[in-house]
Amino acid sequence: MLMYLSIKVNGKDHKLKVSTTKRLLDLLREDLKLTGTKEGCGVGECGACTVIMDGKAVNSCMVLASQANGCEIITVEGLEENGELSRLQKNFLESGAVQCGFCTPGMLMSAKALLMKNPNPTVEEIKEAIAGNLCRCTGYKQIVEAIEKTAKEK
Amino acid sequence: MKKNDLRIDGYEKVTGKAKYGADLFFDNMVYAKVHRSEKAHAEIIKIDKSEAEKVRGVLTIITAKDIPGEKTIGAIEFDHYPLADKKVLCVGDGIAVVVGETQAIAEEAVNKIKVEYKELPAVFDVHESLKKDAPILKEGKMNNIAVHYPLRKGNVEKGFEESDIVLEKEYKTQFVEHAYIEPEVVVAVPGEGKDEMRVYGSIQCPHSTRKGVARVLGTKLNDIRIIQVNMGGAFGGKDDVMTVLSIRAALAARKLQRPVKMVYSREESIIDSYKRHPYHLKYKVGATKDGKLKAMKVEMYADAGAYISMTPFVTWRSVVQATGPYEIENVNTDIYGIFTNNPYTGAFRGFGSPQIIFAQESLIDEIAEKLGMDGVELRKLNGYENGSVTASSQKLEQHEVSLKKAIDVVIEQSDYFNKKKQFEKFNKKSERFKKGIGLSCSFRGCALGAEGTDATGAIVSIQSDGSAYVLAGLAENGQGLKTTFALIAAKVLGISIERFRYLDQDTGHIADGGPTVASRSTLMGGTAVKIAAEKIRDRIAKAVLEELGEKDPEKIVFEDEKVKGLTTKKEIGFEVAVLKTYFAGYNLAEYGWYKAPEVYWDEEKGQGPAYFTYVYGSQIAQITVDTFTGKVYVENAYAAHDVGKVINPTGAIGQVYGGVVQGIGYGLYEEVQVDDGKIKNTNLDEYFIPTVKDFGELHATLIESGDKYGPWGGKSLGEPTLELMSAALNNAVYNATGKRNYHIPLDLETIMLGHPLRRKQKRGSEA
Repeated sequence: MLMYLSIKVNGKDHKLKVSTTKRLLDLLREDLKLTGTKEGCGVGECGACTVIMDGKAVNSCMVLASQANGCEIITVEGLEENGELSRLQKNFLESGAVQCGFCTPGMLMSAKALLMKNPNPTVEEIKEAIAGNLCRCTGYKQIVEAIEKTAKEK
Repeated sequence: MKKNDLRIDGYEKVTGKAKYGADLFFDNMVYAKVHRSEKAHAEIIKIDKSEAEKVRGVLTIITAKDIPGEKTIGAIEFDHYPLADKKVLCVGDGIAVVVGETQAIAEEAVNKIKVEYKELPAVFDVHESLKKDAPILKEGKMNNIAVHYPLRKGNVEKGFEESDIVLEKEYKTQFVEHAYIEPEVVVAVPGEGKDEMRVYGSIQCPHSTRKGVARVLGTKLNDIRIIQVNMGGAFGGKDDVMTVLSIRAALAARKLQRPVKMVYSREESIIDSYKRHPYHLKYKVGATKDGKLKAMKVEMYADAGAYISMTPFVTWRSVVQATGPYEIENVNTDIYGIFTNNPYTGAFRGFGSPQIIFAQESLIDEIAEKLGMDGVELRKLNGYENGSVTASSQKLEQHEVSLKKAIDVVIEQSDYFNKKKQFEKFNKKSERFKKGIGLSCSFRGCALGAEGTDATGAIVSIQSDGSAYVLAGLAENGQGLKTTFALIAAKVLGISIERFRYLDQDTGHIADGGPTVASRSTLMGGTAVKIAAEKIRDRIAKAVLEELGEKDPEKIVFEDEKVKGLTTKKEIGFEVAVLKTYFAGYNLAEYGWYKAPEVYWDEEKGQGPAYFTYVYGSQIAQITVDTFTGKVYVENAYAAHDVGKVINPTGAIGQVYGGVVQGIGYGLYEEVQVDDGKIKNTNLDEYFIPTVKDFGELHATLIESGDKYGPWGGKSLGEPTLELMSAALNNAVYNATGKRNYHIPLDLETIMLGHPLRRKQKRGSEA
């Protein structure tokens, strides 16, 4: 079954006709060609598909597109500010928080969602915010440092 | 290279612009899914495609019958069927590839394939597999031994007689999943020329994959181009399995003459991909009462699973390193790789070392205790130093043997001896929580060693405006190779890495420089890059000699984006120097090629200089054990690794953190549960890898002892960082609880009950 939905992604309004069984992840990747959001497990465990939906970090593989009707979504493609890397993105690079980069979009979105509602998080709060994002390369330390540094710079 | 250079592939990775395999879309592209065996060992009587073919939008169904070339692949022996032909040897063997117009169509149809089997006796245990009545799994073989490596040095019986104390212990390790966050993916795209095929994907060793694809498609090597796109992690795990995917997709693409995309789900990834070898290790060690290790006898059985894959190379590294970084006069080691009907096992970061280090470093602590010594003291007493002789009688004299330095670093950083005392006091008072600290250390042969030919190449190309390209035969898997290689070329030319772009990793563009394995990239590929850059540097020096008023090209130096005359103090910008070279008609692009120094191995005696250089490391785990739940929590992990020379500080330290955390997972929770050949935990909700909340602080130190080989002495780092933590944890658990364990993972059940609990029975709807 198909349905119409309105969705705002990275500040841009879209009206789309999609299958009612389509996941938000597939809507982003296939309909909007925003392939920065990744699929790692399909069961909401790895967090590679994390996007921000109405201010909250969600696993977009666990959200039906229809549930996102009328919502505002931010993906990794929406992080740059005026064509420049945001502080968070810069700090990910400077701290060595990126290796293979596959978890990076999800990590960035979980971190951004945290900083949006809590600009001065403790290390424990940072860890809590990215506890649902698996990374197999970095051992997480430089990711936590990058988020910490971003918070301190604000 | 002290300043913090950013990854040269970083911008695309933090903006979502980096394309990974699943992000590729081609016009007219179709989708493939694989039907896999549910049986561990069976003859295929019939493949019924009829119901699947009826699904609207199904374009073709490929089986082994459609293979134009050879039916088998393998880097060492050709025993692996990308599509089962007549027989299946393990659960998960691919039988048919269904191609549909959409992913959903392919998924619907693949479940409608029906395979009629005649089940054959199967074997799932290495010791069962060695019994006389075991089914022989490989045609034409007398038994199920895939490989056997002996090592004989001195006289172990005499050594045990001369020992005051002899200890015999057995250890077991588990199947482990690489769990790269990106599941396997390829897109096969038919080329315009006859038989031309391009395969894009998450492919760790593009040239190895090319050999397999050409062999099965029956083409020449130059008909096939393997193009690596951004890799979402590999850790040794995207080698053979990616060749299998590439073949399956390419067979379909060849038949349909359309691009074919094959994306694995996480479940398919875990079922279809190879694992780390489980080992059964039997150690016997003898020592005098003053702590001199006199003899060691080691017998090891590695489960190869259904295919030989990398088993010979993995087990060979084990036989070289089995007795650890200790000088022992008398050594007798045997390792057997054994075929079973389990999932096949292959390369995984560490490559035959994490298993032996878990056993041998646990053993060292135990014999030290029997001798009334601290494990550290025993290690210092017997540990390698300059001029020591290894178990294969190789004298370590061409590099700095920094084992004891690495041990000292972690001892000091962790305040090891004080903590031991404090924890003893703490544990006396604390009923529930027990604290402990444990150490392990290792030596590790760099690069391929006597496994085989070890040579590789790289291209550096300077453009007329002073910007530059670099490309090497070894590939970026996320570890930061592109950045390290650019840094090496940049250092030679005295310029910043911002000038560099890395070219597409395409087998058509660069020579086969062997696989991206064995932590050989910086050492081997880095040297090739350096050679290429130096050739260009020398040519530029010649072109600017007159301009700078120098007579000797040796007096031309390259630094700070400038080219300078050492005696005349004249200088010009790098761009100016490049332009002069360009207009002089000199080639600003170069190929560097580096072949490793000679190594040798006597297969019968297990003797010889196995590797041309080694690295040394030590790690400490400081833990708290909750004796009410069995939970082991790593409060602090300390790691010191000698890398020879650090090229990329941020990247190198990240390698250590990442390896240590993988080591924590290996030691504490990770196990692929295989029951009768079938994997029970097929997604990340049942196979646990560490999250950020699962451990405390990580402390890493890089030691730079230099080396006569490698770029400015740069050696290996990736693998040693993973291999040490499980033994350190096991020793820490003993320190905390007073109970020794002889297997990993040290999960809750092991700590509470002394043995793992397995779910054998099916649950819920599985019943």
